[in-house]
Amino acid sequence: MRVTVTVNGTTESHDVETRMLLVYYLREVRGLTGTNIGCDTTSCGACTVLLNGESVKSCTVLAAQADGDDITTIEGMAAPDGTLHPIQEAFREHHGLQCGFCTPGMIMAIASFLKEHPSPSEAEVREGLEGNLCRCTGYHNIVQAVLAVSRSGELVS
Amino acid sequence: MTAAVTQDTGTGGVVGTRMRRREDPALLSGEALYVHDIVVPGALHMAVVRSPYAHARVLSVDLSAAVAMPGVAAAFTGGDLAGEWATPMPCAWPVTPDMQAPPHLPVATEEACFAGDAVAVVLARSAAEAQDAAGAVAVSYEELPAAVELEDAAGDRVLAHAAGSSNRAYTWELTPDPAAVQQAFDSAAVTIKERYVQQRLIPAAMEPRGVCVVPQPFGGEYTVYSATQIPHILRTFLGIVVGVPEDRIRVVAPAVGGGFGSKLEVYPEEFLCLALARRLRKPVRWSEERSEAAQATIHGRGQIQEIELAADADGHVQAVRVHLLADMGAYMQLVTPGIPLLGAFLYHGVYDVPHYSFTCTGVFTNKTPTDAYRGAGRPEATYAIERAMDALARKIVVDPAEVRRRNFIAADKFPYSSVAGLVFDSGNYEPALDAALGLADYEGIRKDQERRRGEGSTKLVGVGISSYVEMCGLAPSRVLASLNYVAGGWETATVRMLPTGKVQVVTGTSPHGQGHVTSWSMIVADKLGVSPDDVDVLHSDTAVSPLGLDTYGSRSLAVGGTAVAVAADRLVDKARLLAAHRLEVAPEDLELSGGQFSVRGTPSSAIAIGALAFEAFTAHDLPEGMEPNLEASATYDPTNFTFPFGTHVAVVEVDTETGKVELVKYAAVDDCGNQINPLIVDGQVHGGIVQGVAQALFEEASYDADGNLLTSTLADYLVPAASEVPSLTLGRTVTPSPSNPLGVKGIGEAGTIASTPAVVNAVVDALSHLGVEDIDMPLSPERVWRAIGAAAHGTGGGR
Repeated sequence: MRVTVTVNGTTESHDVETRMLLVYYLREVRGLTGTNIGCDTTSCGACTVLLNGESVKSCTVLAAQADGDDITTIEGMAAPDGTLHPIQEAFREHHGLQCGFCTPGMIMAIASFLKEHPSPSEAEVREGLEGNLCRCTGYHNIVQAVLAVSRSGELVS
Repeated sequence: MTAAVTQDTGTGGVVGTRMRRREDPALLSGEALYVHDIVVPGALHMAVVRSPYAHARVLSVDLSAAVAMPGVAAAFTGGDLAGEWATPMPCAWPVTPDMQAPPHLPVATEEACFAGDAVAVVLARSAAEAQDAAGAVAVSYEELPAAVELEDAAGDRVLAHAAGSSNRAYTWELTPDPAAVQQAFDSAAVTIKERYVQQRLIPAAMEPRGVCVVPQPFGGEYTVYSATQIPHILRTFLGIVVGVPEDRIRVVAPAVGGGFGSKLEVYPEEFLCLALARRLRKPVRWSEERSEAAQATIHGRGQIQEIELAADADGHVQAVRVHLLADMGAYMQLVTPGIPLLGAFLYHGVYDVPHYSFTCTGVFTNKTPTDAYRGAGRPEATYAIERAMDALARKIVVDPAEVRRRNFIAADKFPYSSVAGLVFDSGNYEPALDAALGLADYEGIRKDQERRRGEGSTKLVGVGISSYVEMCGLAPSRVLASLNYVAGGWETATVRMLPTGKVQVVTGTSPHGQGHVTSWSMIVADKLGVSPDDVDVLHSDTAVSPLGLDTYGSRSLAVGGTAVAVAADRLVDKARLLAAHRLEVAPEDLELSGGQFSVRGTPSSAIAIGALAFEAFTAHDLPEGMEPNLEASATYDPTNFTFPFGTHVAVVEVDTETGKVELVKYAAVDDCGNQINPLIVDGQVHGGIVQGVAQALFEEASYDADGNLLTSTLADYLVPAASEVPSLTLGRTVTPSPSNPLGVKGIGEAGTIASTPAVVNAVVDALSHLGVEDIDMPLSPERVWRAIGAAAHGTGGGR
């Protein structure tokens, strides 16, 4: 079937198999490999992207379901000149990543979470991220990064 | 939060600062390429058909339906591929001369020995087509009885390999003085005998494995992209097993999404992709599915431990005696048999114990092979001694902190020659204990514990201590030889200054999250007096870094970082000679500061090291006999392991009505000697702690009685989420290592080594007044609840 999807501000139409998952559409059709695949049970969150501004696990959405929708992936977070998004910058500042494999999904989940919870408590951050697994950081510095960026006010605009 | 005693590096440089990582922008932006992201036109996708039985004879494999499916290029049975292998898959650590190691082929030919053992492969244009066709391969099996449970397997009731004579692979013993050990137990005022189960764990790096082999059919060369920790070791074994000359193989580990030991391995799929690329003269690739990873990637731990302590009436430990059964799984993978022995020397922990006996029997089972998982032998050792020390404290009715103090190796005894034959390089254990107790508010928790017990609260508090030491920085090559390991433990580095003054560092280590690019650039920047931004670090590609021994065993900084430092020193030595030539002074009259060689006392007479690099490049005016260019290499073979140490304190709340354990506070004081980048050290400790907590509370690779893995997805295997762990309070003491010129010790595994017993000790501590003395890991609510009930009925433990 034919789908028309806007990804990171660019709209394209493609013929896709009806069974194609959104994550494969993003990776293979749109060539955006920043979105990773870490499991096959919608458990790990590595494939999280924004669908019309809300986080979804792109392994659990069909490309067909995203027809007409607006997707943001990790490649759409930094400014065109390479300036990192405040969440990305906070991750770097607070060493919120090590191997980096969960990081794109984690950042997209956080972007969505902070929109709904602009001033979260630590407990709210931890609850809010429970759909995204990280094996390297023990979450400590990820939580610190989220709290720092929420307190900085940089996302209020 | 770090309440740290940080060293003053005294250099005015970047070493010792919390510099942000240089690796991060590519990872944060999605630009980094993992194996699965690398696009190779025309590649065939491999799918592996795996045995659904733990143990079965393969009677026949019918590929006809599969090869007729859309997009399928080829399919092969184990027999079809038998001629591809020059030798079976290797075990690099035959720990005893009589060790049994059944032949292990990438695809089984007659007998499948675990659920997940490969029996056929299918290649197709797309991964989906390959998987569809793999489902159409018809395999006829004769199911055989399976050796599943470890103690049962050790009894040889069922043989894990039909042609074997026993499941016992080896027995390895370290008992320097058997009579003295026996005498110590015979005369002890107090003895402790404990039995602990180290459950199997699934490493679960967030990136599953992946391989992509790109041949150049007419040149006979192969580029192998693999999600591996060990590109150099992999290259060697690819050559040996597949019979491709090693010099024709280039291995690249691109961005790698975590390893934790599970990618310290040479796997069937790596050999398969190379052999099939050779056979089909096309690129061949394979990406592991998560549920496939649970069976096809090695597991960790898997031991039954018996530990005995002999002590005097005051709790001074006189002897430690240990018997292990270690689950090898179905085959010996790269270093499977050696993993328990990485702990063999450490079952007396941080304590000054005069007599020692350790015996380990490795046992085959019809389960996924075990191998290195973060800590590899040392978490098991630390768990046993730290649990046993708490048992001793309870028996003699002394605070667990006090029993540790009474037994610590005294600070003035370092370097300490241990009863097990090691020389602990440096240590000062009591300050780390004091600091950790302070950070955790130990006294306050004890008061809260008494208050809640007095009130009959259903929310009990417990506090657990774990004081640890580990041996890491693998490893002195001669020591490895004495342990029958087939390779050495050195590391290489090259530092070169390019004509424009930019610096390239080539390292034999292979980072996959540890931040080597940042740390190595900091070391070199300070040595050369340049900005770390001007230092690039090249790694993980055997064409760029031809010699190396890669990343595992908390070795990269202590061994690889030292090689980098030595190479940088040699480059400076050469630059100094050239500077002396240009400035017409003696080399010893020059000092290097801020990237400038200047004449002592005459600072106006100076030349920048970058300028010297250009001079060395043009080679127009070099001292007689000096070779052009500023480049130096070093291969560093350590003289000893390093011995990081510390104390971790866990505080838990246990709901006696539900059995639920909540980890409410965690304080860790670690000593890894000098720190190159404390930000990275913190991260390593954080992640390590949570992996150890996961063993204590959440994770277990569970099998049913037939050998079927019950936890093959991340929905069943409980890798903890952010909501299940607390923030961590870190502190540090600094006792430099005398074993290497940087004074550093490894820190990648310390958190995992320390944290598991801290948490379990805390839970037992919370319930000890009820009579609970042990609960098997993971401490699920059900197990804790049952342990409370059993203790109330006087039936003991929580197994």
